Amino acid sequence: MTAPASSPTSLQFQNIDKRYGGLYALRRVSLGVAPGECVALAGRNGSGKTTLLRVAARLVRPSAGKLVVTRADSDARSSQRSTGFVGHATMVYDELTAEENLIMFARLQGIPNPTARVETLLREVGLLDRRESLVRTFSRGMRQRVAIARALLAEPSILLMDEPATGLDPEGVRWLAGTLRRLHVAGCTILMSLHGESEISALATRAIRLDAGAILADTEAGASLRSILTFANA
Amino acid sequence: MSLLSNTAVLLGKELRTEFRSRELLTTTAVFILIVMVLFSWTFGPTTEEARRFSPGLLWLAFFFAASLMLQPCFLREQNNDTLSALRLSASDTFAILLGKVAANTIFLLLSELLLLPIFAVLYNVPIQPVLPEMLLVLFLGSLGIAVSGTALAAISSQARMRELMLPILLFPLLVPVLVASTEVTRSLFDPNPLVKWKGIGFLAIFDLVFLTALWLFGEYLLEE
Repeated sequence: MTAPASSPTSLQFQNIDKRYGGLYALRRVSLGVAPGECVALAGRNGSGKTTLLRVAARLVRPSAGKLVVTRADSDARSSQRSTGFVGHATMVYDELTAEENLIMFARLQGIPNPTARVETLLREVGLLDRRESLVRTFSRGMRQRVAIARALLAEPSILLMDEPATGLDPEGVRWLAGTLRRLHVAGCTILMSLHGESEISALATRAIRLDAGAILADTEAGASLRSILTFANA
Repeated sequence: MSLLSNTAVLLGKELRTEFRSRELLTTTAVFILIVMVLFSWTFGPTTEEARRFSPGLLWLAFFFAASLMLQPCFLREQNNDTLSALRLSASDTFAILLGKVAANTIFLLLSELLLLPIFAVLYNVPIQPVLPEMLLVLFLGSLGIAVSGTALAAISSQARMRELMLPILLFPLLVPVLVASTEVTRSLFDPNPLVKWKGIGFLAIFDLVFLTALWLFGEYLLEE
């Protein structure tokens, strides 16, 4: 795994509201994520974790408030493209092979020598021997590996992940934890939603608990971080 | 440059997935064929009647088939949330729409070209002498359907009752294309065919206006 291709990125959520009709998915969320920080988002289903991540990726426009993404060499569009995003869904095409999917997204992102980059990533996620298989023939865990590979294509400076361990077997979770650790050490800013404790949550230097779209607790590493993650799972 | 290269990549993806599944092409072509055959059997038009009415029938069949074909173009992107991946990856969201427009135009044109000889036989209309002009009308008409249809498919994919929404929005919007395409086609089927350049010009302007609108407002169409 290589270091992020672009400069360190910080995120500032300034009084963000997101409403769907009369329902608040996010309510006055103000939050700063420093460059290189690894933040775990916890909370019950429907607490606003996914919406917060999608706002951060600029996939969802806030109803009120402002998102500021700061990167030395960025405009809004390039900052979106230097964002790696793993969502609830796999975000890859079932009718294409793993390799076709990744090469297509690599070309869209203007990655030089996409074939070599895709080969490297497929090897890292353990799918090199299945590169020519259609994604629809994959198990959920294998699809998740393709999804993670897609998010890592552009060596992002910020990684947004919504329950990234979904479907992964214990070996896959270990691989993901190792990958995230290397990215974190290299300066990548990570914001991820998690349920409970795992090898991945152990990477978090800070945990935030959301409830009904608002921040309920925000703590740095230590016992309180653990309590936030486990309490969220209760 | 990145707009064109992104569009080419996305068009390649659309063609690859379609030629692998052949879902849209088969459905569209079979639908047009059924409409043509049913009308031909039901009315048994004389040569004169066929010249008068068959252009309208032909374009109506294309319109209904297009509404079937356009429906899934964004719904398919929702299955695995691939539209979000495209929005994160493409340099310009207009490229996503342009790729869809190009693919839909190609699929519609392919279905039309496949069925044009059958139409000529069933309705006894001379297409060969006016083939270049006919191809121009087919291209401009299909592009008009694809441009406005792609925009409306993007809107309706996020609406409730989305299956009903697209035809309800699409047909009124496409009345000018239907009228112009039918008129130009009818003039080509005359015993002394002439090209109605006014109609062709109108179709070209319609396409240009909707492409420009798509470029200006496309980003909002793809937002959640």
